[in-house]
Amino acid sequence: MSVLVFVDHQNGKASKASLEAVGYAKKVADQLGTDLAAISYAGINADGGIGAYGANRLHVASNVSVPDSGQLAKAVEAAASAEGADVVIFSHDDLGKAVAPRVAVRLKAGLVTGVTSMPGDGLEVTKNVFSGKAKAMVSYKTEKKVISILPNAFGMMPNEASTEVKEFSPEVGNAGITIKEVNTTASDGEIPLPEADLVVSAGRGMKGPEHWGIIEDLAKELGAATACSRPVSDIGWRPHHEHVGQTGVAIRPTLYIAVGISGAIQHLAGVNGSKVIVVVNKDPEAPFFKAADYGIVGDAFEVVPKLTAALKSFKANH
Amino acid sequence: MKILVCISKAPDTTSKIAFKDNNTAFDENGVQFIVNPYDEWYALVRAIELKEAQGGSVTTITVGGADNDPIIRKALAIGADDAIRVDMDAKDAFQVANEIALQAKEGGYDLVLCGKETINNNGGVIGGMLAELMDAPYVPLATKLEVNGSTAEITRDITGGEEVLNAELPLVISAAKGMAEQRIPNMRGIMAARSKALNVVPPSGTEANTEVKSYALPPAKGDCTFIDAENPEELIKKLHEEAKVI
Repeated sequence: MSVLVFVDHQNGKASKASLEAVGYAKKVADQLGTDLAAISYAGINADGGIGAYGANRLHVASNVSVPDSGQLAKAVEAAASAEGADVVIFSHDDLGKAVAPRVAVRLKAGLVTGVTSMPGDGLEVTKNVFSGKAKAMVSYKTEKKVISILPNAFGMMPNEASTEVKEFSPEVGNAGITIKEVNTTASDGEIPLPEADLVVSAGRGMKGPEHWGIIEDLAKELGAATACSRPVSDIGWRPHHEHVGQTGVAIRPTLYIAVGISGAIQHLAGVNGSKVIVVVNKDPEAPFFKAADYGIVGDAFEVVPKLTAALKSFKANH
Repeated sequence: MKILVCISKAPDTTSKIAFKDNNTAFDENGVQFIVNPYDEWYALVRAIELKEAQGGSVTTITVGGADNDPIIRKALAIGADDAIRVDMDAKDAFQVANEIALQAKEGGYDLVLCGKETINNNGGVIGGMLAELMDAPYVPLATKLEVNGSTAEITRDITGGEEVLNAELPLVISAAKGMAEQRIPNMRGIMAARSKALNVVPPSGTEANTEVKSYALPPAKGDCTFIDAENPEELIKKLHEEAKVI
């Protein structure tokens, strides 16, 4: 009885969210006193880098070439059956959201998504509910269990192992989707927002898209991704994919710096999983300060360049 | 085209979140309920737009008690033609998906739309479970949807970009921001909604696979440490030494 983890890939390598899930799954396997198997699909290069996170075996469904949720669910079921796995782990990312519910139905397994804790003794888990305003402890009533973890909730947990790669061709039927085109919004070398550890975000306080240079400079100096509030993406100052909040992207970086964002409850819902929040706002009454760890009351146009300069000299000395 | 839209009740975004019965149940006292925003603004409105452009019908489906009727009437006022309510107090997403799948199969819908997740459970699993139970393709997090005959063209968010893909109907889609603009029901719609059919059907009796044992509020956030605007070095120092994030 192994633990099975689902691995997505980009450019032949396991995605960051998948590596996080492999590290988590390794811990669960240790907890259950068993080993860890992984399942991926055509296009992954060798072990895709998951050996460094503790997977003992990788099953590659070589006949699944597009990330079709129906085919992948059948491939995961076949691998779970070959491994005798009762626990299947996903990252709750864009592909995990498509595949995990289908796998749960096929395996007649309970499913909890957006999990933020290691499983307890009875494999009960904790997840965020009410858009991060509360947590729920959920237990499974089924023998088989599917756990889909919240991206960035655990971080990377390296754990060296040698991974045996096995290709197989499960019965998966036809793909339900055909991909026409993929448009990458993050340019080369840029960090996709949902995967970023450090994020610099700005809002209406910037007064216009032409003032974003100082935000980008700070982000670049920090090695951070840039983000924005909803009003800013709605009026087209910044692209839609940068919008964090209830209706945009929910992120959980280690550091979130918010400049000129008042901190509406809908915005907080998308960032309240951040480890440390820094708020820069000229209004000392901005509600965001209540959710912040560190605050600077001041004009963004003066504070941000100073912060960038201070960071530069800090980096020169460390 | 026959379209089914999954509609769920959610506490208004600004509601105070509190729990009762020893932290095992959400305290609904004083809470205003709304149609889950992803279900309403994106899934329902896009379904109505498709119907207006191409003909057909839009049916909503909700799993829950009679306390859901006000939000169902709102969906009808926005422009859905009729509604189904499966009369049960579901304990987990699998129960909900199973009940909807039974109705969806019976009704022979071409397209089933739901929001990407509810803002109270944040599960995001109904669409995927439904697709598997219906043996249909599933595309989550769709931001655009066009239907030409029996083929849909969908744009969806993926990590670091977006993807354009095709899928054949019947099809299940979960809707994210960008799919449509919010519609405010007008007086004519509200009046018309009163006479539209809201069909209450009994549940099939599926068991739940998971169970919420307890809820907890996050620990209170410590006070914000203010730093002088003239001294950003202090912030860098604290982020390095105290918070250890840089």
